[in-house]
Amino acid sequence: MSHLSPEIRARCEELLALYPHPRSALIPICHVAQEQDGWLTPEAIAEVAELVGVTPAEVLGTAGFYDMLHTEPVGRYLVAICTNIACLLRGAEELLAHAEERLGIGVGDTTPDGLFTLEDAECLADCGRAPCLQVNHRFFGNLDPAAFDQLVEDLRAGRLDGEVPPHGTLIRVRRAGGLRVDPARVAAERRAMAERVAAEEAASGQGGKEDGR
Amino acid sequence: MTVTEAPRIVTSRMGYEDSHTLARFLATGGYEGLRKALQMSPAEVAAEVDAASLLGRGGAGFPAGRKWSMLRKGPLPYLVVNGDESEPATFKDHLLIERDPHQLIEGVVIAAYALQVAQAFIYIRGEFALGLERVQEALNEAYEHGAVGEDIFGSGFSLDIVVHPGAGAYICGEETALLESLEGKRGFPRIKPPYFPAAIGLYGQPTVVNNVETVSNLPWIIRQGAAAFTALGGGRSAGTRLFALAGHVRRPGVYELEMVKTTFRDLIYDPSLGGGIPEDRALKAFIPGGVSAPWLGPEHLDTPLGQDEVAALDTMLGSGSVVVMDETTCAVRAAWRITKFFHRESCGQCTPCREGGGWLEKVLRRIEDGAGREEDLDLLMDVCDNIAPGVSWPPAQTTICVLGPSIPSSIASGIRMFRDEFLQHLKEGGCPHG
Ligand SMILES: Cc1cc2nc3c(=O)[nH]c(=O)nc-3n(C[C@H](O)[C@H](O)[C@H](O)COP(=O)(O)O)c2cc1C
Ligand code: SF4
Ligand code: FES
Repeated sequence: MSHLSPEIRARCEELLALYPHPRSALIPICHVAQEQDGWLTPEAIAEVAELVGVTPAEVLGTAGFYDMLHTEPVGRYLVAICTNIACLLRGAEELLAHAEERLGIGVGDTTPDGLFTLEDAECLADCGRAPCLQVNHRFFGNLDPAAFDQLVEDLRAGRLDGEVPPHGTLIRVRRAGGLRVDPARVAAERRAMAERVAAEEAASGQGGKEDGR
Repeated sequence: MTVTEAPRIVTSRMGYEDSHTLARFLATGGYEGLRKALQMSPAEVAAEVDAASLLGRGGAGFPAGRKWSMLRKGPLPYLVVNGDESEPATFKDHLLIERDPHQLIEGVVIAAYALQVAQAFIYIRGEFALGLERVQEALNEAYEHGAVGEDIFGSGFSLDIVVHPGAGAYICGEETALLESLEGKRGFPRIKPPYFPAAIGLYGQPTVVNNVETVSNLPWIIRQGAAAFTALGGGRSAGTRLFALAGHVRRPGVYELEMVKTTFRDLIYDPSLGGGIPEDRALKAFIPGGVSAPWLGPEHLDTPLGQDEVAALDTMLGSGSVVVMDETTCAVRAAWRITKFFHRESCGQCTPCREGGGWLEKVLRRIEDGAGREEDLDLLMDVCDNIAPGVSWPPAQTTICVLGPSIPSSIASGIRMFRDEFLQHLKEGGCPHG
């Protein structure tokens, strides 16, 4: 019995077909699997493992390395406030303190209604709009306490549902079709080319001549 | 020096709301560079890029042409584009990814053609949700348009591109960690040698890894020619570069500037660029090139924005980010926050980086909190010396990657430039800045 929905499973299988080695699809698949529950449940991990052809322990070990792959429940909105240098210089510590007070939780905690989880983030590469944050990896910048309160209200009221999907949904654009280039044909062509180059080099007695690279 | 009238090479479309769409791209010269490249031989394309002196924009500044020429001959080479952008205060690739994804894709196809690879991966930082969607959407359009896939524009050259999301780990920006991550593993940097993935890269195959901005320059270089590119900038630093300006300036943001002919002063103070420091406060220090770089002071403002020019000051242009700190900044707090970042993001493989980073963060924090001890400054420098013997620039490396040896940069800079301020923290039992 599959834990992942048929739609999510189908997308995972599409991802598998994109890589020369299935293991490469592990992280993209974890992202997609996270859509199911907003985090990677043990059932999801087992199914990812089965899809990729590794053990659940390997999936867990790999996922554990990455901040965005959650093996514990997360609120519907993951609010990640950047506190790195550029934001620090423009009031990030004050913003984080305000957020803690406003949401009534500390960093790493989730509100009792399961709506918000708060994180202090490293640089989000949006320093031009410092201090800034992400909600479910969607950017909001140039924030002050009033703007933060407004953001929280908008999220609560569902006014940002179009922009900010629930936590776990990362990439809403699906690839149109799979690979178009036959790797076996390309490999054969490249092998032939490599042999030709090697033969030419042997004939001319000097290595390292460029052949279009 | 004034701000030059150099053409915008990679940000030419940023004025358009719809810069990310295929329609806008095609209306503004999009995919013309690729069409031209496909009329040339792969070797000619590579030679053009080599002649352009296109220095890598990811941080190390290695010439792209030379990197390409080092690609070991093998049946299945790969091209991997580094869009992991996580060096604190660096936010230029973010702009290119979200606002001009077709330019990036065009650059990828040009590079892939020159290198004759059949599959390329664009590794994009996982936190860039919109960027990932934009590039995937653009890629779908590019396949449809015939710019990617089988028999591109009828040339006989075929290429697949895969957009690959990261998942939140700074270290995956290091190219060998990125390849591990792309192979579905934890992002542990690989032991060197081999020094370059060009020899042994993705799946053990020869691989070129290039930064997003590096690749985004290619369409223009092919369209306008290497000579037009080297006519801009100076010395080895040809062309323009994106500078991500952040911190205490009136107008933070990403600016494309001609290299060498523009200075830090222009970037920070010109009214059309940074616009100076709010309330005209005094400049205390600035960090050129990402937080891995040693700091500079007001006396260095007239340094040209060129790779070798900045390297001559024992620091680096690095990732092209500039953080401005005015007189109200606490040097201890700034150094602490940067150190905390490195400690958090250390992958933990090497003892000096893993343990040293933690120690340094703790000691800096206690100085900032007023619980520092007299010996703490020596202790800091001792630990730094353990991570990067000599604490010089470029740092000596005892670790697998250069994340570790980057930790001492801000600490050594802070102590060297603002020793009295550190001592004041110790004497007054707290931060004089409050
Ligand atoms: C710790 C660390 C983090 C890095 N992060 C990035 C990054 O986010 N983006 C990037 O392009 N290069 C990054 N680099 C540099 C890459 O290793 C590599 O040099 C670069 O992607 C090569 O592309 P280029 O030659 O076009 O600059 C990082 C290096 C280190 C040591
Ligand atoms: S220097 Fe630090 S980040 Fe780099 S490999 Fe060693 S422990 Fe990992
Ligand atoms: S330092 Fe906050 S986004 Fe870069």
